[in-house]
Amino acid sequence: MAIAETDSAADHHDDHHDLGEFIAHHFDSAEQQFDSGKLGIWLFLVTEVLFFSGLFVAYTLYRTHHPEIFEQAHVFLDKYLGALNTLVLLFSSLTMALGVRAAQLGNNKSTAIYTLITMFCAAMFLGVKAVEYSHKWDMGIFVRSQFALDFGHHGAPEGTMAHSLGISQYLVYLSVIPLILLVGFIIFSVVSMLMSKGIWSKFFAGMAFTVFGYFFGAVVGHFYMELFPAGPGGGHAANQTVLYALQDEAGHTEGEAHGNEASEVHDEASHTEGGAGHKEADHSHDAAGSHGDEGHGGESHAMDHGPDQSKLDRDIGIFFSIYYCMTGLHAIHIIAGIGFLAWIFARSLMGHWRSDYFGPVDYVGLYWHLVDLIWIYLFPLLYLID
Amino acid sequence: MTQDHSEHGFAHPAPIKMLLGVFFSLVILTALTLLLAGKMGPFGFVVAMIFATVKAGLVMGFFMHMIWDKPFNVLVFICSTFFLFLFIGMTMTDTGHYQESIDAYPRAAETSTP
Repeated sequence: MAIAETDSAADHHDDHHDLGEFIAHHFDSAEQQFDSGKLGIWLFLVTEVLFFSGLFVAYTLYRTHHPEIFEQAHVFLDKYLGALNTLVLLFSSLTMALGVRAAQLGNNKSTAIYTLITMFCAAMFLGVKAVEYSHKWDMGIFVRSQFALDFGHHGAPEGTMAHSLGISQYLVYLSVIPLILLVGFIIFSVVSMLMSKGIWSKFFAGMAFTVFGYFFGAVVGHFYMELFPAGPGGGHAANQTVLYALQDEAGHTEGEAHGNEASEVHDEASHTEGGAGHKEADHSHDAAGSHGDEGHGGESHAMDHGPDQSKLDRDIGIFFSIYYCMTGLHAIHIIAGIGFLAWIFARSLMGHWRSDYFGPVDYVGLYWHLVDLIWIYLFPLLYLID
Repeated sequence: MTQDHSEHGFAHPAPIKMLLGVFFSLVILTALTLLLAGKMGPFGFVVAMIFATVKAGLVMGFFMHMIWDKPFNVLVFICSTFFLFLFIGMTMTDTGHYQESIDAYPRAAETSTP
């Protein structure tokens, strides 16, 4: 041991004396450590692509076999909100790339600022997404097994879709955790300041700013919804055209629609009997029952003002199963990304980066760009279906 | 792949102008995708995918520094797309084999009624 140690000390003494504190002992040089980490992160990104590829396979299969469902379903997505989120993510990618550049130059302050902007954009993306999700949930657009599309309620004006006027309950529920985080971070920041721990005070203030991004996104999304209740040619106006077309196509006889509905109920019931346990079967009976009630109560109303929902493909919910899986998994990646960025942010505040040690910024940057990359494909695939 | 350049060792800071240029190209491409959506008829999907791939190429090449990265890293990542297409391709070749069972399912009867 002693001999080996002296040997290596003799060999590497010159290499090691100017290496930073973060270069692990088993690497010859900072560059070797950087390259190893880089290969590692590329391999991780490969597994990420393959992780998402399963969902892309589901999408491809289902779209090839049932293009009609995609044509009916995509009108429920607002392409302008999707485009807004695309821009937010692209901008966050830019600031991330600028942050990597700053770290490479050893400029810790700029790295911190760019990382903070990136995190803000990430949270803003989630805020807009929360508005989109809660709006769909208001309309009863859930995954296939829970799908219960509901038109013309919630006091929506005649001829428009069920826009929840005011703030959606679901949006409030979704915002609980961000609100707790916002308050928590502010408290931590103030406490750290009082304890004169400047770096932590700045860190928590930055995190509070990040969470504020969520609320900013939610407000922007919400006001977009309020300002364009029918949508400027986006999801909602298209909704009506398509759905009224469907209604015209179908709406000759009421009896026919009834028949369809009945058979649907029957199918669902038999389906669940064959499938899972009692609970699920009960649930589907309930859903079917309430569905029928609604039909009874507002029959003429539905025929006059609302599109005939029985003509929508009853498996339209599968599109939304795929939609929620893909965008939900992507949102989880955004949340994880905020976590990694927070780590980079903290270390930037501590001044860890120098021109021969910036690996972690680069690696998190690559991960962040991949998340952007996946959204670049998800946006046209889900929002812009012809 | 040891580079023989001076001060910054292995760091290759990207020029700010280049990064901004890439960003604005991405924005323009997004706007074009949005404008063309629904106006390309049967080619809509192909056009949208081409635009997305060009955008992906810009992000990978410039933001992810792939152009300046080691060829081996690039190869590793490109392999993932190969496996992605293999996955989708193999599944697609197989999917038609179950059409009979699918047709036998009650749903088929429902859609065939006028």
